[in-house]
Amino acid sequence: MQSIADAFTLALQLVLSGNADLFEIVALSLRVSLTATFLACLCGLPLGAFMAISRFPGRGILLVLMNALMGLPPVVVGLLVYLHLSRSGPLGFLGLLYTPTAMIIAQTILIAPIIAALSRQVLEDLHMEYAEQFRSLCLNQWQTVTALLWDARYSLLTVGLAGFGRAVAEVGAVIIVGGNIDHLTRVMTTAIALETSKGDLALALALGLLLLTIALGVNAAVQSLRMSARRQAYV
Amino acid sequence: MKLSQSLCASIAALALAGSVAAADQSIIVQSTTSTANSGLYDYLLPLFQDKTDIQVNVVAVGTGQAIKNAQNCDGDVLLVHAKASELDFVEAGYGTARTDLMYNDFVIVGPEADPAAVGGTTDAQAAFAKIAASGALFASRGDESGTHKKEKSLWAESGVDPSAASGQWYRETGSGMGATLNAGIGMGAYVMTDRATWISFGNKQDYKIQVEGDDDLFNQYGVIPVNPAKCPSVHVDAAKKFTDWLISDEGQSAIAAFEVGNQQLFFPNAPKN
Repeated sequence: MQSIADAFTLALQLVLSGNADLFEIVALSLRVSLTATFLACLCGLPLGAFMAISRFPGRGILLVLMNALMGLPPVVVGLLVYLHLSRSGPLGFLGLLYTPTAMIIAQTILIAPIIAALSRQVLEDLHMEYAEQFRSLCLNQWQTVTALLWDARYSLLTVGLAGFGRAVAEVGAVIIVGGNIDHLTRVMTTAIALETSKGDLALALALGLLLLTIALGVNAAVQSLRMSARRQAYV
Repeated sequence: MKLSQSLCASIAALALAGSVAAADQSIIVQSTTSTANSGLYDYLLPLFQDKTDIQVNVVAVGTGQAIKNAQNCDGDVLLVHAKASELDFVEAGYGTARTDLMYNDFVIVGPEADPAAVGGTTDAQAAFAKIAASGALFASRGDESGTHKKEKSLWAESGVDPSAASGQWYRETGSGMGATLNAGIGMGAYVMTDRATWISFGNKQDYKIQVEGDDDLFNQYGVIPVNPAKCPSVHVDAAKKFTDWLISDEGQSAIAAFEVGNQQLFFPNAPKN
């Protein structure tokens, strides 16, 4: 139990000391996971919207598959990406293994299904309400999708946050494709895993507390964005 | 849509920029957790990088995985500790040549109470046999790492087949040295570890070294540049410079000078030219 008390003091000391290595790790964590979230939204949201409004044979099976992929184990994603990016793999010539780009690719694959599946549910519910109105306005599919995405934008922010949360918290994928290389691919979660394996549990926990604080900060930023946007809407 | 497309492109460019900059004059060393966790590289690499402009990136995994990664051409230098596997690696053409680099030794750590009464013995096989007979818990790496391979050969020599008791007194964690120590200490099990990891390990609790000093516990590290004939992508010159530096007098004395808590962790023994 001593470790837990130590961790809080250590976390505070780490932040106050302005440690440059720590700042680098935090910055890379944010860069990788935010980029992955953005890219996953770019593919996941249109896919979710399309699935929400269209009806075609085999749609049910596709939905089950999409929902199941939300449970993709990070280690499996990491291995798949590793096998492709490895020098002996099909994309090895790109030389991307053990770079932040490889980590972004892995996390994007990991969270795109989450974004797609959750946004599909949100947009389908919204579409139920608006379907008749859309029909009366003779909107085509493209217009329907954009209207739905715009109208559900605040709910979709939460979907994005769910994806970001998953990305920033996972360790299995980034440690395989990134290699946890100091000053190159070390992020918060792999640093925590490393300190744990060194037996420095207090430092590992302190880093964990910082990661939690960062996640809190990102969520608070999004929340304030949403609230200020709401206020503007009523002016 | 225009906006999001250009945003996407700029983000992709940003992500790629980092990797391109890092690819110039940098090598990847596939190595073991024991060398990385003890802080050896944090000490050695700045000394090497002061002399050259080669950026050395270390991927620390178990020896088994490190060799696999190097076979996939995902490294320029292999620095591990499982001589038989290393010679196979060179034999198969993946490495140019293997050189002895440094050594330390393995120790068996256990709880203060010492339930198998192996404390103070210097005979590793006898200690293993006693642990098996007493039914005291033993935590194994179980991950085909150098340490795990050594442990398996010691079990074989002591005439015990621990895999029959897997899940009972023989617990295979399937993870790195530090994680196995954490798990072993958590359940009160004996653990075989390299001395470097043990000395620098921060969560010892009431554990101490129970068995040490057997010649069979010798732990030799070797260094192998990856063969460009198999892997055209390797940075041959940079890899050679790093390997040559490690086995040079300067590199060897740097290894000898690395200490944690006033204890030397690795003993250089590269052949003199």
